[in-house]
Amino acid sequence: MLHTLITPERGAPNHTVFRRREPREYSRSGMYRYDELDQAFVEERVAEFRDQTRRHLAGELSEDEFRPLRLRNGLYIQRHAPMLRIAIPYGLLRAPQLRKLAGLTRRYDRGYGHFTTRQNLQLNWPALADVPDILAELATVQMHAIQTSGNCVRNVTVDHMAGIAPGEIDDPRPYCEIVRQWATLHPEFTYLPRKFKIAITGSSEDRAASEVHDIGLHLKRGADGELGFAVLVGGGLGRAPVIGAPIREFLPLGELLGYLEAILRVYNRHGRRDNIHKARIKVLVRSLGAARFRDEVEAEWHAGRGSAPVLTPADVERMRGFFRPPSYRTLADRDPAAGREPRFAAWYRYNTRAHRVPGYRAVFVSLKAHGGNPGDATAEQMEAVADLAERVSFGLIRTTHNQNLLLADVSQDRLYEVWRELDAQELATPNIGTLTDLIACPGLDFCSLANAGTLGVAHDIQRHFDDLDYLYDLGNIEIKMSGCMNACGHHHVGHIGILGVDKHGDEWYQISLGGSANGFTALGEVIGPSVPKHEVAATIGRIVEVYRTVRAEDEPFIETVRRVGLGPFRAGAYALHPQAA
Amino acid sequence: MRYILKRREIVADDWTHLGEAAAGDAALIVPLRDLRADAVRWTAWRGRLGVRLAPADAPEDLATDLPRLDLVAIEFPNAGDGRGYSQGRLLRTRLGFQGELRAVGAGVKQDQVFLLARCGFDSMELAPGEDLEAARSALTRYTVAYQPGSAGLHPGRQRFFAS
Repeated sequence: MLHTLITPERGAPNHTVFRRREPREYSRSGMYRYDELDQAFVEERVAEFRDQTRRHLAGELSEDEFRPLRLRNGLYIQRHAPMLRIAIPYGLLRAPQLRKLAGLTRRYDRGYGHFTTRQNLQLNWPALADVPDILAELATVQMHAIQTSGNCVRNVTVDHMAGIAPGEIDDPRPYCEIVRQWATLHPEFTYLPRKFKIAITGSSEDRAASEVHDIGLHLKRGADGELGFAVLVGGGLGRAPVIGAPIREFLPLGELLGYLEAILRVYNRHGRRDNIHKARIKVLVRSLGAARFRDEVEAEWHAGRGSAPVLTPADVERMRGFFRPPSYRTLADRDPAAGREPRFAAWYRYNTRAHRVPGYRAVFVSLKAHGGNPGDATAEQMEAVADLAERVSFGLIRTTHNQNLLLADVSQDRLYEVWRELDAQELATPNIGTLTDLIACPGLDFCSLANAGTLGVAHDIQRHFDDLDYLYDLGNIEIKMSGCMNACGHHHVGHIGILGVDKHGDEWYQISLGGSANGFTALGEVIGPSVPKHEVAATIGRIVEVYRTVRAEDEPFIETVRRVGLGPFRAGAYALHPQAA
Repeated sequence: MRYILKRREIVADDWTHLGEAAAGDAALIVPLRDLRADAVRWTAWRGRLGVRLAPADAPEDLATDLPRLDLVAIEFPNAGDGRGYSQGRLLRTRLGFQGELRAVGAGVKQDQVFLLARCGFDSMELAPGEDLEAARSALTRYTVAYQPGSAGLHPGRQRFFAS
């Protein structure tokens, strides 16, 4: 267990400065580290929420008054109990932080947590009166649950391959941290018309679904090689899914916060507040038209110069300093699977990814074990991953948009050892990128908004597709499932999307095909009537059999769907005599 | 007598709103709609004059009126309607309003005053039933802030600055 050391340092004469220092193995880890300002802020935030909770429990704050305050601290009241959504800013954790999360699930919950598509962690069973203590414990490891819900700027999400992807334009995480800080308790934008989500990418491949965010920022280089962003606005899923509209080709780095303020101000002033279903920025962008919305933002941006925060080169450099690459060894690429058993070879092929540094791989920790709930991890699993990260991946863990974990920097000579340990924890199901690596929101079992369950359907699908060779033959297929129109499971952008609907009190499921969020963002199209719960897995079985029949050689599922259209799938999905899988 | 929070102190309010029983002629706050509807009357008004903006009103429309206004009141009909924060910030930063900037309405509560003060509000007429002492101490709940904010409420440390 890690203990923070307090070491005296010599400061000015007659003056000893005490500075917090952590043991050496973490001192160079590539992520943001709180300074006094950040630490004071989270502690003051905990004190404020403790007081608000006390007033609520004492009857001084009604539920209506308390709701917007608790939401801005991550606390929902759910079907069974409160649900606490803990922020994992842009999905990056130090091992002691993950260990702390494990301990919290054990002490205040039922010994497991749920990792979400927005890279956060949800506790399903905390007691309301305990939440201030949970937040206080989070603050001791530089964490919080601030703005993980409510009508404000939410956790900024990012490509889980940031900093290690071959061919990346620039590491987006320093800018994520800058945006996180800027958005935290922003005095002007804490009571927006609706929730607001920002995603940043630094690679040409979009692994952060940035085009379906309220703002998508794509790092790019300008005419003279300088860094900046392309800006998209008004993407989103939910009831009226839409792909973001590009409003600026190139925004210089230093203007980032000023431009975000301009967008948020136009939205805060003019976004609809009369109808919760029309309050997202996408509705404003659509009603004004992207061109006029852009003109409004640009005018606001120019007029706001002088009062908006400016990002100086020193600010940017300071932040980039936190995310410097770890001290990689000089290694050559090898074939770790050579001579190893087939189970390892399959895991290596499916659960690891190329790294920009020779001799290293990025390793997925699969939270998609067949029979488990997608995205769930037990306290023991979290602790095992934390230990492993300290030994083999510079002490850092990432959470991914696809509800898995990632050890980003594992040298190839240790992959076999890593696999053995993950396998012992049931974290090595070799299915990343396959059909059973599916995304699902918690659904009716936990969420009070849901119309239908998702977990039972996920288990049915896992059972139906339990043959790994069959899964591998199908190749890359992304299933995304939501239990209601709010689309937390991003069903619109699944190659196969599943949406739970309520039909006279029964759970039915609408299936769509052709969605995608990777670089070529597209919204799926519903194939036909919804099917009852017990038919979902078999229907998907028939759909992929159609694919196997009509695919060209090596043609991935999504490309076949684009090439042949929905017709053959529609015909096959509802066939009276399902073909055996 | 109404008490309000003004520049971090609890003080008796010397303003009245148009239509209030005690409305005198020394210092009156008039909704923008009424100000525009009876321009002659308000041009001839000899007392101190304040204007009250509804959430949908544009502060830019007040630009030419500001020199003769001692106060601008901005309405927060409920705690969730955040338009007033932008209105206040624009009045202070873009329109250069130096007079009293007041938050009014059912949404003005102790859990909002820190944000209001950071946006440039220097007086708050709290919602009925709110504890003024608690609201006053809520102004100093935070000693730090990330964003540039009003000179009227400087936390000890701040991260980002305007140019």
